[in-house]
Amino acid sequence: MSDVRVLVGTRKGAFVLSADGKRERWDLSGPHLPGWEIYHVKGSPADPNRLYASQSSGWFGQVIQRSDDGGRSWAPVGNQFAYDGVPGTHQWYDGTPHPWEFKRVWHLEPALTDPDTVYAGVEDAALFRSTDGAQTWQELSGLRGHGSGPRWQPGAGGMCLHTILLDPGDPKRIFIAISAAGAFRTDDGGTTWQPINRGLRSEYIPEPTAEVGHCVHRIAMHRSRPKVLFMQKHWDVMRSDDAGESWHEVSGNLPTDFGFPIDVHAHEPDTVYVVPITSDSLHFPPEGKLRVYRSRTGGNEWEALTKGLPQRDCYVNVLRDAMAVDSLDSCGVYFGTTGGQVYASADAGDNWAAIVRDLPPVLSVEVQTLA
Amino acid sequence: MIRVILPAPLRALARVDGELVLDVDGPATLRSLLDAIEAGYPALRGTIRDRITQHRRPFVRFFACEQDLSHELPDTPLPRSVAGGTEPFMIVGAIAGG
Repeated sequence: MSDVRVLVGTRKGAFVLSADGKRERWDLSGPHLPGWEIYHVKGSPADPNRLYASQSSGWFGQVIQRSDDGGRSWAPVGNQFAYDGVPGTHQWYDGTPHPWEFKRVWHLEPALTDPDTVYAGVEDAALFRSTDGAQTWQELSGLRGHGSGPRWQPGAGGMCLHTILLDPGDPKRIFIAISAAGAFRTDDGGTTWQPINRGLRSEYIPEPTAEVGHCVHRIAMHRSRPKVLFMQKHWDVMRSDDAGESWHEVSGNLPTDFGFPIDVHAHEPDTVYVVPITSDSLHFPPEGKLRVYRSRTGGNEWEALTKGLPQRDCYVNVLRDAMAVDSLDSCGVYFGTTGGQVYASADAGDNWAAIVRDLPPVLSVEVQTLA
Repeated sequence: MIRVILPAPLRALARVDGELVLDVDGPATLRSLLDAIEAGYPALRGTIRDRITQHRRPFVRFFACEQDLSHELPDTPLPRSVAGGTEPFMIVGAIAGG
């Protein structure tokens, strides 16, 4: 039977939870890299013992850590993220120009077939790639050089590139998302990029249907159907059936369509999960009830999943990188909260239980299904 | 021989206990000391000063001999007692919440 490893990044370190395929008893290790913010930890699909972690601190900056033994030990690797050329300016919150400055790595995406190749999404928004196991990093500067960069602006968390989706059917196609610029796609391995935001509507920018400026919170795809994308925007849950060329809203009967994470069932490409959050100023669940919503129809029709989740007095948030699924036959779904709980369901969301409580605020959750 | 006291997060990152003891090439200045620290402990590159600009990170302070050396120019000579190893050079995380 396969094992499962859950990689949790928190405000004060990384944690690794392990279980067998029943997913009933969990062993916790950590904190790894204690005291530092761990924005993201992710394993290589090509070598599950190869993990990459983004470790940062307001005092001491950005460090990248690598593990070659599944998270038991870690070693710092390269942390020089130099923008190509003169990086120029983006918009500040008030619309004035602001210099592009590296702040931190939000997301690390190991390549699908090579454990030494890994992508990094950074703040201020840019995409970097390493092909030597994260020892050195090169910017894929065609993204920032697309021409719309001076119109990008930060969301509340900063101007971060937080989502990197590698197309399993086309090694030259990558989707990324930036808050608050929108979604972009390359079809040539990262040399050139195009914004893919047609159909998005955002009332908080001067031109609500502008080419860029949208606060995309997260994008997800099913690997068997990479042209179908699901998006949790600042407000609105959206769907594209043409690799982002156009989007349509699928918020349907959600109690609120504000939220951060979105993910897709491992075996059912039309089963989608979101965690509705009250609003952009009230970052907690509506009515104090922590509910995951599941659509089995690719959007529009949503059901609340509540069994095992707190249904009163719950005021945590679930951040954009803090939800993941495993690929066991009965798909497991996992998410972490700003209250330090990690909840898991071994039956696609029907029943939930906290597999750990009282961690520091959870920033990210990833899952590895181990043969 | 120069003695350097790191803050706890950087001691953990560099995997050292206690003080660093370093020799610097040429005159003992802030710049040559930081160069020696980064050469001896590559994991610390970028954590004390920015990798690109070489500027001290804004929430890092340098103290020695009961003086704040944070704002000294990089080529300012270190105090003689620091250069001679009598007094330690302290790298400190700024007090900033908690």
